[in-house]
Amino acid sequence: MTDKRPEVGLFVTCLVDLFRPGIGFAAVELLERAGCAVAVPEMQTCCGQPAFNSGDRADAKAIAKQVIEAFDGFDYVVAPSGSCAGMIAKHYPELFADDPEMIVRARDLALRTHELILFLADIRGMQEFDAAYAGTVTYHDSCSGLRELGIKAQPRALLEKVSGLKLVELPGAELCCGFGGSFCVKYPEISNKMVGNKTADIEQTGADTLLAGDLGCLMNMAGKLSREGSKIQVRHIAEVLAGMTDEPSIGEGQG
Amino acid sequence: MSGGRDAVLGRIRKGLGRTGPVDGDQRAALDARLQKHARGIIPERTARDRGGLADLFVEMAEGVQTSVARVASPAGAPAALAEYLAQHNLGSDIRMAPDEKLNDIPWQDRPTLSITRGRSDGNDEVGVTAAFSAVAETGTLMLHSGPSSPTTLNFLPDNHVVVLRASEIVRAYEDGWDLLRAKGKMPRAVNFVTGPSRSGDIEQTLMLGAHGPRRLHIILIEDENG
Amino acid sequence: MESTSKQFKQNTRVALDNTALQSALGKMESGFVTNRANAAARLPEFEALRDQARDIKNHTLENLDFYLETFEENVEASGGHVHWAATAEDARQIILDICQSVDAKTVTKGKSMIAEEIGLNAFLEENNIEPVETDLGEYIIQLRNETPSHIIAPAIHVVKDQVIETFQEAHTQFDPARSLEEPRELLDEARTVLRQRFFDADVGITGANFLIAETGSTVIVTNEGNGDLTQTLPKIHVVVASLEKVVPTLEDASAILRVLARSATGQEYSSYTTFSNGPRRAEDPDGPEQFHVVLLDNGRSELLGTESQEVLRCIRCGACMNHCPVYGAIGGHAYGWVYPGPIGSVLTPTLIGVEEARHLPNASTFCGRCEEVCPMRIPLPKLMRHFREKSFEEKLTPTAERTGLGIWAFVARRPALYQMATGLAMRMLGALGRRRGLFASLPMAGGWTAHRDFPAPQGRTFQQQWSARGGRRRAGE
Repeated sequence: MTDKRPEVGLFVTCLVDLFRPGIGFAAVELLERAGCAVAVPEMQTCCGQPAFNSGDRADAKAIAKQVIEAFDGFDYVVAPSGSCAGMIAKHYPELFADDPEMIVRARDLALRTHELILFLADIRGMQEFDAAYAGTVTYHDSCSGLRELGIKAQPRALLEKVSGLKLVELPGAELCCGFGGSFCVKYPEISNKMVGNKTADIEQTGADTLLAGDLGCLMNMAGKLSREGSKIQVRHIAEVLAGMTDEPSIGEGQG
Repeated sequence: MSGGRDAVLGRIRKGLGRTGPVDGDQRAALDARLQKHARGIIPERTARDRGGLADLFVEMAEGVQTSVARVASPAGAPAALAEYLAQHNLGSDIRMAPDEKLNDIPWQDRPTLSITRGRSDGNDEVGVTAAFSAVAETGTLMLHSGPSSPTTLNFLPDNHVVVLRASEIVRAYEDGWDLLRAKGKMPRAVNFVTGPSRSGDIEQTLMLGAHGPRRLHIILIEDENG
Repeated sequence: MESTSKQFKQNTRVALDNTALQSALGKMESGFVTNRANAAARLPEFEALRDQARDIKNHTLENLDFYLETFEENVEASGGHVHWAATAEDARQIILDICQSVDAKTVTKGKSMIAEEIGLNAFLEENNIEPVETDLGEYIIQLRNETPSHIIAPAIHVVKDQVIETFQEAHTQFDPARSLEEPRELLDEARTVLRQRFFDADVGITGANFLIAETGSTVIVTNEGNGDLTQTLPKIHVVVASLEKVVPTLEDASAILRVLARSATGQEYSSYTTFSNGPRRAEDPDGPEQFHVVLLDNGRSELLGTESQEVLRCIRCGACMNHCPVYGAIGGHAYGWVYPGPIGSVLTPTLIGVEEARHLPNASTFCGRCEEVCPMRIPLPKLMRHFREKSFEEKLTPTAERTGLGIWAFVARRPALYQMATGLAMRMLGALGRRRGLFASLPMAGGWTAHRDFPAPQGRTFQQQWSARGGRRRAGE
């Protein structure tokens, strides 16, 4: 053991970068509290998932290569998204299966890459949070984090440490919200049916706040809740854990 | 349609990267695998002694709406059958398999029972057969066709009563196969029966007695006691 | 069967507007899904059994020719016949010839997806032979002139009131004033009607869940017992099965059976699992006089040695569709061909072509629940992605989608351009949306805003703000 702080490269994710930078700052805050030195490489854009899932393997590989290069030299790469972390950790090696040189680098990055909440709970063993949240929250398990990375107990365990916070389980928490990247615009009616089922389940909990670990799902659910006239606040779990809940919630106006 | 046969096999071999049938060591290995017919994982729940196996069988069978009457000896079976008939308001006409395994049971002790032997033509309310074996793992009866065990008796009568001896209960399906192989050639049909006929096809509502028996009753003779 | 997979989007809208269907689909989670979870939890070996099942099937597929030839040899040794059908047409003709050889008027049928795949009923009818479906669900949809919407619960889309209506129309032999309100009464009526059909049939046709090389057995798994009556009572039993159903031994079948019912309905074991070996023996009191197995290829052999080989492990349990949120939203008919749900989304483009079925592998969020429950561990999302790649390569992906994706990828591959373009765009969107926090409509995002609001960005991008703060950019800086 050295007391040198591990170097963490933050993979911001494009959605957080563009739509809700606050999640990125909450992630930085949490990582620093967990004893990490955080840097944010400028060369990152997107993980390549839109291309990968649309069957555009060539662009997916080009973007993946860029990410692999951008995060050279970090002990860990952390993303506030199960979907993007899953892309890097599970699918990059698949992308380069027939490229003997790149596969080694892809595997190396895959091993160093973690989703934020899993990283804090399992890798850093973070126990204490200097955070309070006065509200009843419910938690949606986003699909990639849950099924590709095994994120289920960690967010619940961490939320338990937030003073004042009451967690109620969401029925069907493991059911997809219908976001699915471009799915929600390619098949909007099906997506709408799925997110409608989800918001009905959310309303049923009586919670005043919905949390999850992926901004895509959160924007989808927040947009639907808002359209239905719901007052439920929607936030990324990192915002609550970092105590950074002064900003309006997702989809909430400022004036 | 041998053109079909050769064409299909040809495409399969092409896909598998072969030009002809497997041969040599590879074929010997495949033949050996068939000869050995090795077992895979057998669930731990069946790791019990003989008495425990009977209990497990009964528990699992009752879990799928099979009723079970446990009797101490063959002498107890006629009364158990009469009781079942009375309980369900059934007549005393019984169609019974011409199975010698049912011959040591003193059916004549119940003279009201009117027993005929043979296959079912669909007009029988109650059929009685003997089990070949039974699988404790899932409460499953193992029955097979043959001159003394018509398949129609397993499916046509509304009530299927099966006489089973505790000594015939095995842990797993694989044990049943071993017993059957020991008898020689495979019979025409082997029926694994786990509870009465059922359907969930109307709004996923479970209903018993779809096309096969509405009820399945087992008379379990505890021939291993004492 | 004719496909309507090309009209998937229209099919979807029809399905979403169908209130009876929506009410029927609403019961999936509390039924199949819960039951499967409980069954898996009761068996500590369940995960290991799934691995074992996958391995058995992989081994079989690697030696498929050997096991099929062994199967054929053993069917013939027990007095049966094996017919090889390269195509659906071949299979239909073989079956028709068998039926005509005994001048068959009616045939009873156990539930068989292969019979659906080859369009058997319509073909028999054209040739003046009446096919009678005997599985309750299949019977209901046959009367309604529909196709199955689920591979193990074919009438899952039909609600009770519709069954009442259907029976009242079809069963004119009964008192029109009779009560059919209780599901029990419906079942009893179907039982009465079909019991006579079983006795009258000249030929019984079933599918097979397994074919066993070692013994030449065919295996059916049912709960109703209809398959057994179908194959026991007529003079001829015809089994129609696709060739990947073969497994080496009785032990292998038994091993896979441990995951089949649990994955399908959540039962420990189905009511009836029947192994058939040839026609009745000289000394047998019952059973069919002839036993035929029709082995269907219909494109499956082409999958060996390709990425899609893994779909041939499928044992048709239906767990993937039971757990699929897309299937749960639209039901089975919207998929437009024989096999719905995630397995259909990989089988359909495999068997009828990507061009025809392009939508199916695309209409998935990749939530992964299908793969999570597949007893044979078929990587369904990966195979769907494979077909997306194929349709992208073959330029079947719609132009608007390709263009949008192309622009995004172009920008994403140029970080400097990306930072500049996104910075500008978000500042604009952020300023426009700041007050209300969201957009009720947005140009180019109609698919989103038709159904939900679009949360406005906070304004400056993370990257801009990080730069402004002078945040660290490299490790060890």
